[in-house]
Amino acid sequence: MIDFSFTALILLIPLFMFVVLGLFGNRFKPLVSGIAGTTGLFVMWVLSLITAYMYFFVLEKAVDGTFQKFLAVNMRWLTLTDKLHIDMGVLLDPISVMMLIVITTVSFMANLYSIGYMKGEKGYMRFFSFLSLFSFSMLGLVVATNIFQMYIFWELVGVSSYLLIGFYYTKDAAVAASKKAFIVTRFADLGFLIGILMLSYLTGTFDFITLTGPDSPAFTSGQGVWFLGLSTMTWSMIFIFMGGAGKSAMFPLHIWLPDAMEGPTPVSALIHAATMVVAGVYLVARLFPIYVSTPVALDVVMYVGAFSSIFAAIIACTQYDIKRVLAYSTMSQIGMMMFALGISGYGGHEGLGYMASMFHLFNHAFFKALLFLGAGAIIHSVHTNYMNEMGGLWKHLPITHITFLIACLAIAGIPPLSGFFSKDEILAAGLEKSTFLYLVMMIVSGLTAFYMFRLYFSIFWGKQTQYEHTPHEAPKTMTIPLLFLAVGALLTGLIPFSNFVTSDRLPFVAHLEIWVAIPAVLIALVGMVIATLFYRKENNLPEKVFLALGGFSKAAYHKFYIDELYLFITKKIIFNYISRPIAWFDRHIVDGTMNGISFVTNEISFRIRKFQSGQLQQYALVFVSGALFLALIFIYLWTN
Amino acid sequence: MLIMRHELLLITITVILLIVEIFLPNTQKHKIILPAILLMAAVTLVGFIPGTPGVLFGGMYQSTALTMMLKNILNIGVLIIFIQSVDWLKQDQNKEKVSEFFILILSTLIGMNYMISSGDFLMFYLGLELATIPIAALAAYERYKEKSAEAGVKLIFTSALSSGILLYGLSMIYGTTGTMYFADVAPLITGAPLQVLAFIFFFTGMAFKISLVPFHLWTADVYEGAPVNVASYLSVISKGAAVFILTIILYTVFAKIVVIWSQMLYIIIILTITVGNLFAMRQQNLKRFLAFSSIAQAGFILLGIIGQSQLGMTTAIYFVLVYIFSNLGAFGVVAIISNRTGKETINDYDGLYRTNPKLSLVMMLALFSLAGIPPLAGFFGKFFLFTAAGKQGYFILLLIALLNTIISLYYYLLVIKAMLLNSNDQPIAKFKSDCYTRLGLVLCVAGMAVIGFASVIYENIFNLSFGIF
Repeated sequence: MIDFSFTALILLIPLFMFVVLGLFGNRFKPLVSGIAGTTGLFVMWVLSLITAYMYFFVLEKAVDGTFQKFLAVNMRWLTLTDKLHIDMGVLLDPISVMMLIVITTVSFMANLYSIGYMKGEKGYMRFFSFLSLFSFSMLGLVVATNIFQMYIFWELVGVSSYLLIGFYYTKDAAVAASKKAFIVTRFADLGFLIGILMLSYLTGTFDFITLTGPDSPAFTSGQGVWFLGLSTMTWSMIFIFMGGAGKSAMFPLHIWLPDAMEGPTPVSALIHAATMVVAGVYLVARLFPIYVSTPVALDVVMYVGAFSSIFAAIIACTQYDIKRVLAYSTMSQIGMMMFALGISGYGGHEGLGYMASMFHLFNHAFFKALLFLGAGAIIHSVHTNYMNEMGGLWKHLPITHITFLIACLAIAGIPPLSGFFSKDEILAAGLEKSTFLYLVMMIVSGLTAFYMFRLYFSIFWGKQTQYEHTPHEAPKTMTIPLLFLAVGALLTGLIPFSNFVTSDRLPFVAHLEIWVAIPAVLIALVGMVIATLFYRKENNLPEKVFLALGGFSKAAYHKFYIDELYLFITKKIIFNYISRPIAWFDRHIVDGTMNGISFVTNEISFRIRKFQSGQLQQYALVFVSGALFLALIFIYLWTN
Repeated sequence: MLIMRHELLLITITVILLIVEIFLPNTQKHKIILPAILLMAAVTLVGFIPGTPGVLFGGMYQSTALTMMLKNILNIGVLIIFIQSVDWLKQDQNKEKVSEFFILILSTLIGMNYMISSGDFLMFYLGLELATIPIAALAAYERYKEKSAEAGVKLIFTSALSSGILLYGLSMIYGTTGTMYFADVAPLITGAPLQVLAFIFFFTGMAFKISLVPFHLWTADVYEGAPVNVASYLSVISKGAAVFILTIILYTVFAKIVVIWSQMLYIIIILTITVGNLFAMRQQNLKRFLAFSSIAQAGFILLGIIGQSQLGMTTAIYFVLVYIFSNLGAFGVVAIISNRTGKETINDYDGLYRTNPKLSLVMMLALFSLAGIPPLAGFFGKFFLFTAAGKQGYFILLLIALLNTIISLYYYLLVIKAMLLNSNDQPIAKFKSDCYTRLGLVLCVAGMAVIGFASVIYENIFNLSFGIF
C-alpha cells in the first residue's frame, strides 16, 4: 500500500498561501504575490498529477478489480458522542482524484492568466489570496471524507465565491451580484443542511465510505417511513440535491449565475465555469449509491437537469453579453451532466450515464475555462462585453481566435474534439432511458452549436467594427493558459474514461455508439450552418427570425422573467405580508417590553441611591441590621 | 522543604526591604522599586516549586497542595499590582514613602497566607487582622488628600465593627463547642440556634471583606478615596483571599449546616448582584464604577460556592483567578490615566481611542472579560460558575444572575462606547506609558486571553479542590 498522506499538502499549500498573502500581501510588490500564488498552485498541480498517476496506475486494485476507496488522511476533529464525530481528512476514489486534476489544472491556469489580466488592478494581492482561499475550499470539498466536512468546505466555497464576485466592490452591480449569489446559494444550502441532518439522523453516520458502501445503513433505514407519499430517505436526498442545485445553478435556483459574471473573468472561468458550479454534480455523484436506492429523488435530478439544460440553451441564444452567453451555456451543460446522472443506474454498463456525466464534467472544465479565458482576452483588448459592439477580431487576436474556435467546436460536439465523446455517451445513455428526453438533449445539442457559433462569428467575423484603440493580442501569461487548455480541449476526449471513473469503480469498456453519434454530429452541424448563415456576414436574418418568433423570443431575451418573478415574490409578498408584521411586532412589542424593563431598572437604580450616603453611622446601622435580619430569618422563621 | 515556605519567604523579603529602606536617603527611596519587584517575582516563582503538605503548631497551621496553589494565585496578583504601581510611586509626592507601599502590602499578604493556611479560628482571626489593618494605612497613603484620609478612616472603623462582630461569632462557636480547631469544631456543629447565630456573625465578617450586600457600603467610598492601585489591591487580592478561606471554611467546618448557609447565600447572591449592578449603572467616577462592578462580581463568585461540590469550589477559585487578571487590566488603565491626567470619570474617557488606542483596547478587553464575552477568560469563568450552580438545580437564581449579566453588559459597554464612539473636543492627551505599566497590562491581557483556553489550569484546580459530599 502506498502512503498517500502527502495529499494533505494539496490542501495545506493554498491555505498557507491564503494566510500569507492575506496578512502580508501588501508588504510585497503586487507581482510577487501573483507569482507566489501561482507557484503554490503549480506545486499543487504537480502533486495532484502525481496522486492521479499513483492512484490509477501504481496502486494495486482491490480484490474484486475495483479502484480502492480509502482515507489517505484522517483526523478526528470534533467528538460529539462516541458514535457521532466529525472528522477531517482526504478521501481518495476515482472521482475525487479526477476532481483534484480538474481543480488544480484550471486553478493553475486561471492564476497564471490572472498575473497578466489583473495587472494594475487595485487589490492585486487581495485577488490572489482569495483565489488561494477558493482553491483550498474547493479541494477540501472534493476530498471530504464525510458529509459534514463537505458541508463546511461547501460554505467556504460559497464565501470565497462571494468575495471574488464582489471583488470590484466599488461597482454597484458587482456588489449586488455577490450578495445575490450568496443569498441564493445560502438559501439552497439550507436545504442541504436539512438533508444532511435527516440523512445522519436516519443512518447515524456522516462518513461517506459507510454511507455509500454495499452495506450502507441508508439502504434500509428511512426507506420505509413515508411522508407525503415519499420515503424520508427520498426527502433527505431531495433536500441534499437542493443544495447541489443551488451551487450548480439549476432551475429555479440559477438566477445568481449570470449576475456572477460581474466578477473578474479568470474568476468566472475558474469558479463559475469549471469548478464550483460542478460541485452539485459532484455531490450527487458522491452520494450516487443512495440516490439509486431512492428512484424518485434520482428522477428529480434527471428532470431538473434536463429542463435546466434546454431552458438555459434557449436563453443563451438571445443574449448579447458574451460572458452571460457563456454563463447560460455553463448552466445548460451542467444540466446535461445532472441529466446523465439522473438516468444512470448503478454498476457496469447500467452506470453509463454516471460515467458520461463525469466524463463531460472533466471535458467541460477544459473547454469552458478556455472559452471564459478567451472571452477575458477579448474583453481585455476591446473593453466591452457586448458582442454587437465587436466584429472582425480574427486578424487582431490570432491566438485567442484559434483557441476560441477549438473550444467552440469542442462544446458543439464535433469529432474528434473532447465534447463529442462525452456528449455521445450522454445521448447513448439517454436513448436507453427515454426517447423523449433523448430528443430534448438532441435539441440542446443543436442549440449549443448554434449559440456558440453565433458567439464565435459575432466576435471574430461579422461586421467590420472600428475600435478606439486597435485591439492587440494579450500578453504571454494570458495566451499560454489559452494554448494549454486548447490542447486539453483537443485531447481529453481521447481518454478511455470508463477505464477509470465508473459508478461502481469497476472499469468497463464503453463503445462509441455510431448510431447515436451520427445524428448528434448532424444536428450540431445544422446548428453551426444556421449560425454561419445568420452571423458570418452582417445581415438582417437574425432580426427577422427574432421578430417572427414574437413573444417567445422576447421572453427568452428577458430570461423568461424568472428574476422578475423572484423580485415579485420577495418584494411584494414576503416583504409586505411577512416581514412587515414581524418588523412591527419587533419594534413595538419586543422593543417595547425591553424598553419598559430598562426604564424600570433605571428608575430603581435612581431611587435606591440614598443608601449610599457616605455617612459612617448609617453604614454601621445597615451592617448590623443586615446581620440581625439574617439571624431573624434563619433562627426564628426558617427553623420553625 | 519548609512547610511554611510561602510565609517565610514573604517575611524575609519584607524584612530585607525594611532594612534597605532605613539605609536609603530620602531622595533615593525610589531605588527600592526594582529590587522589590524582582524579589516578589522570585518569591512567586519559588512558590511554584512543589512543596510537602503538613501541619505545624499542633494543627493551627496547615499547608496542603490547595493552599499552596491559592497562595501562588495571590502572589501573581500582587506581582502584577507591584508592576502597575511603579508609575504612581515615582510621582514626586510619593517619593519618600515608596517602600512603605511595598512593606504594607507584603504584610497584608502574609496575613492572607496565614489566613488561608489556618487550621484554627484563632490563627484565622490573626491572619484576618493582619490582612486588614495595614490596608487602612494604605488607603490613607495620600493623606494630604481629604478623600484618601477619609477612605482610611472609613475602612478602619467599618473593619473594626465587622471584626468585632466576627469575633463575637467566634466566641460563641467556642462557647458551644469548646474548641477552636476546624477539625474539632466541624463534627460538633449541629445547627443549634446559638451556632446559627455564631455562623451568621462569622459570615457577616467575611461578607464585609468580600463586600457582599448589605455589608458593602464602605466599598465605594474607600475605592474612590484610596489611590487607584490600593483600590485594585482591595478589589482583587483582599477579596480573593477572603473568598478562598470562606469557601474552605464553609466546605469543611460548616459542612453540616449546608442547608442553612446555602439558603443564606441564595438571598445574598440575589441582593449582591442586583444592588451592585443597579448602583454601577449610575456611577460616573470610574473607581466607584469598578467598586460596584466588583461587588456584583463577588455575587457571581458565590454562585460557585453555592454549588457545594468539587466543581463548585473549582469554579469559584478559577473565577477569582480570571477576575484578578480582568480587574487588574481595568484598574491598570484607570490607574495610569489617573496618574498622568488626574481624570477619573467616564466622560473624561470620551474619544480615548483616538489618542490612546492601545490603552483603550486593553480597557475594552478587560471590560469584555468582566462582562463575560467569549473568547476571553471571563466568559469561561462565568460559564463554569453557572454550571456549578445549575448542577445544584438553582435555576431561578441562575435566571436572575443571567438577567444581571445583561445589566452589567450595559454599563461595561457605556465605558467602551465612551472610549470608542463618543466624540470629544478635548480628549485625554496622548501620552507614552513606561515599560512597567506596559508589562503589567500585557500580563493582564495575556492572562485574559490564555486562561480560558488553557484547560490545564482548570484541570489542575479541579484536582486540588474538594466538595462537601
